Amino acid sequence: MSPPVSVLDALAKATDGHAERAGDAVRVAGVAASWVAWPGSTDEVAEVLRVAAEHELRVVATGSGSKLDWGVAPRAVDLVLRTGRLDRVVEHAAGDLVAVVEAGVALAALAERLGAAGQRLAVDETVPGATVGGTVATAAIGPSRLLYGAVRDLVIGATLVRADGVVARSGGKVVKNVAGYDLGKLVCGSYGTLGVLTRAAFRLHPVPVARAFVSLAAGDPAGTHAAVQRVLRGPVVPTAVEVDRPAGDSTPATVTVLLEGTGTGVAGRTRQTVELLGAGATARPDPPEAWGRHPAGPGDVLVKLSTAIGGLRLLLEAVAAGSAEAGLPVAVRGSAGVGVLYAGVPGGPAAADPGAVRQLVGGLRRSAPSWSGSVVVLDAPAPVRAAVDMWGPVSGLDLMRRVKQEFDPGSRLAPGRFVGGI
Amino acid sequence: MGLDTLAARLRPVLGDKGVITDRQQLRTYECDGLAHYKVTPGLVVLPETTDQVAAVVRACAEAGVPFVARGSGTGLSGGALPHADGVLLVTARMRRILEVDVESQRAVVQPGVINLQVTAAAKPHGYYYAPDPSSQQVCSIGGNVAENSGGAHCLKYGFTTNHVLGVELVTPDGEVVELGGKAPDPPGYDLLGVVVGSEGTLGVATTVTVRLMRAPEAVRTLLAGFPGTDDAGAAVSAIIGAGVVPAAIEMMDALSIEAAEAAVHCGYPDGAGAVLIVELDGPAAEVDQQFADVERHCRETGAFEIRVAADDAERALFWKGRKSAFAAVGRISPDYIVQDGVIPRTALPQVLRSISELSADSGVRVANVFHAGDGNLHPLVLFDEDVPGEAERAEEVSGAILDLCIEHGGSITGEHGVGADKVKHMPRMFTESDLDTMQMVRCAFDPAGISNPGKIFPTPRLCGEVPGRRRGVHPLQEAGLAEAF
Repeated sequence: MSPPVSVLDALAKATDGHAERAGDAVRVAGVAASWVAWPGSTDEVAEVLRVAAEHELRVVATGSGSKLDWGVAPRAVDLVLRTGRLDRVVEHAAGDLVAVVEAGVALAALAERLGAAGQRLAVDETVPGATVGGTVATAAIGPSRLLYGAVRDLVIGATLVRADGVVARSGGKVVKNVAGYDLGKLVCGSYGTLGVLTRAAFRLHPVPVARAFVSLAAGDPAGTHAAVQRVLRGPVVPTAVEVDRPAGDSTPATVTVLLEGTGTGVAGRTRQTVELLGAGATARPDPPEAWGRHPAGPGDVLVKLSTAIGGLRLLLEAVAAGSAEAGLPVAVRGSAGVGVLYAGVPGGPAAADPGAVRQLVGGLRRSAPSWSGSVVVLDAPAPVRAAVDMWGPVSGLDLMRRVKQEFDPGSRLAPGRFVGGI
Repeated sequence: MGLDTLAARLRPVLGDKGVITDRQQLRTYECDGLAHYKVTPGLVVLPETTDQVAAVVRACAEAGVPFVARGSGTGLSGGALPHADGVLLVTARMRRILEVDVESQRAVVQPGVINLQVTAAAKPHGYYYAPDPSSQQVCSIGGNVAENSGGAHCLKYGFTTNHVLGVELVTPDGEVVELGGKAPDPPGYDLLGVVVGSEGTLGVATTVTVRLMRAPEAVRTLLAGFPGTDDAGAAVSAIIGAGVVPAAIEMMDALSIEAAEAAVHCGYPDGAGAVLIVELDGPAAEVDQQFADVERHCRETGAFEIRVAADDAERALFWKGRKSAFAAVGRISPDYIVQDGVIPRTALPQVLRSISELSADSGVRVANVFHAGDGNLHPLVLFDEDVPGEAERAEEVSGAILDLCIEHGGSITGEHGVGADKVKHMPRMFTESDLDTMQMVRCAFDPAGISNPGKIFPTPRLCGEVPGRRRGVHPLQEAGLAEAF
């Protein structure tokens, strides 16, 4: 009788030798993995997931790992599936403003490639190094979402490998398409819990000729809210309307508006925007510091706050109140024009006291109904993770569990990372 | 439980006027906008509230009776085709606009609200609802959600799915669930993203939260006459290639122009083999410069006449020919099929040539109307049902056009939906695994398969037993063998 094939052998066979035992550094939110595999094609991903199914391996897929710690720490990880070899731009149909891209392609590399043809995928790189796959999995997008939509609005086709190794596609490579369910949207923001995205087709946009940034120190929450509303109600069609409020109550929030378009168009709209924002507004050609970046780095607490656009004042007031009550310095930055902001609390055992963070998050969640929004802790140091409910209340959780049950009945894809223990 | 028992059970909930059992009245609901599919529904109900919808759906679930939701019945794929042994749930009495929240740029409406009424409610505040299907004067928001409706202006602004932020959904087992709302990105799966466009197979939307957009500062529209569709297609390529994203670019060929002239006397340029309508909107400063570029591109690619709309009235006249095109074809042919397929825009000249070859070979006339900017074709396949064999030939040509779309990497439907009509084409576009995976979502929402069965998917998937999904009293408890604590 021949000896049973070892997991490593099977993974190596599935990936043409691109598999190894995981070193101690290979961790997902602190949870150590046993193996790492680098499949180089959709077929190889399918083969890897079939091996994983056979050996009942728990699998977490990752690109550059820039957001790998986001979400709850998985219950266990056996295999980390890296998309680094899925790095091809499969097709760039410039005349159709469409690109088909593999999951491991970095946003920056894609921007360079598309930029040569005067086009772009209108997704900002909010975390350095981000790949297409991770961006879709976490639905991460920055300031330009206001004009171009979220990741879900730009994905027009998706190739997904299910937990059982079956390959499924939805959508296609035309923008207008209503044939069948839109699984591309379901995958956006699913944190790798439904399958492994290997390829996506995106709608592209032309790179504008000109751009300008108009900023105003807008003061307190009421002043900030009013400034944002003046711009949104004006005729200028901004690409982005961002708010940036550094930690500390005495610093006023800054509202910055990005305008993009033709040379003369942007010049005219810049004048209009300066007028809309009022006294003190200034225009500049380049983005302000940390434009589009989250107000927290590795090791810090990063909280996503979503709000009705008209709830901005109440949200900012709740953050200020929560910050004072919990005794935590809280920075807020994000897309006021969209209704998605991020709060950052510096990490480290002294700064981000788990009890204080729990108090802050709890307070924000209690006030969230007044701004029709939600509060999700994306990333935090381990002691904070242990103290807070990262995802918070979820509407439709029973349906979500049923979807997960259909796609991954053995709960082997990023188990426990998502809402409600999914 | 038979339909009679179901009707008797629902009458106290909906009132006598909310339950229709009269055969004659039932027949008025036998089809939607695709009138050659006809089935008289077993029972029609007209709820007014979410609770009533939930009560209807619960009763259907308990009785194992299929239900189909219907808005205004203007769909063009038979998506609202009833079941003879099922309930047709008509949302025509759910017509309230619940809220217009200007600061948040949202409106919250019931599903029976007419598309254009949302814009009417937002207009005094300087806002509008962007998705504009040609039927927008009569079609309902609920139907738009089911079909993920598009329209001429979705080239720039996207489809219903990009403008719906939340729905209150009655699931196929009668639960009421909130998916999304005024704020973006609620935690959890983007179930809203699959519900929009699921053609009523995942439940019934009872409240819809939509995005309102600020009315553009400037709108400029031109009508250009070209010798033929190749020239007009070259103009479209030049415009898009220059980095302009117009609000709409619409093309009509000679035969559809002829039909439109006969029907609405739109006065399009004499002798045009193709016309383009190009509309730009946005900040005046941008639009003026880009509009000049568009005019130049049209001229350089062979436009022999360009008219610029001087005012809203003239703009409306330009659009009148285009928007009436489907119905207008009735003037030049007793019967016709409205096809809806998508190709990559750059394949347009090649596909149009193939369509004209198909037409020449079969002797079946095809008029072409399309959203040229995004490659969404609406070939109108003309025939006379009274001539033996013509209907069959037209059906063949219509199907062959979809094959062309698939060959070129496109889609079998851009905005009309799969419905009952294109079920048979789905396996040409998707593999068995693709369809199986989509239906996993169906199984999660509707394991019993009672929500608009027979639409979208050619073969229903057998849903496995899902743990923890028991409703009502446990059988052991019911049998007196156990007690609930």
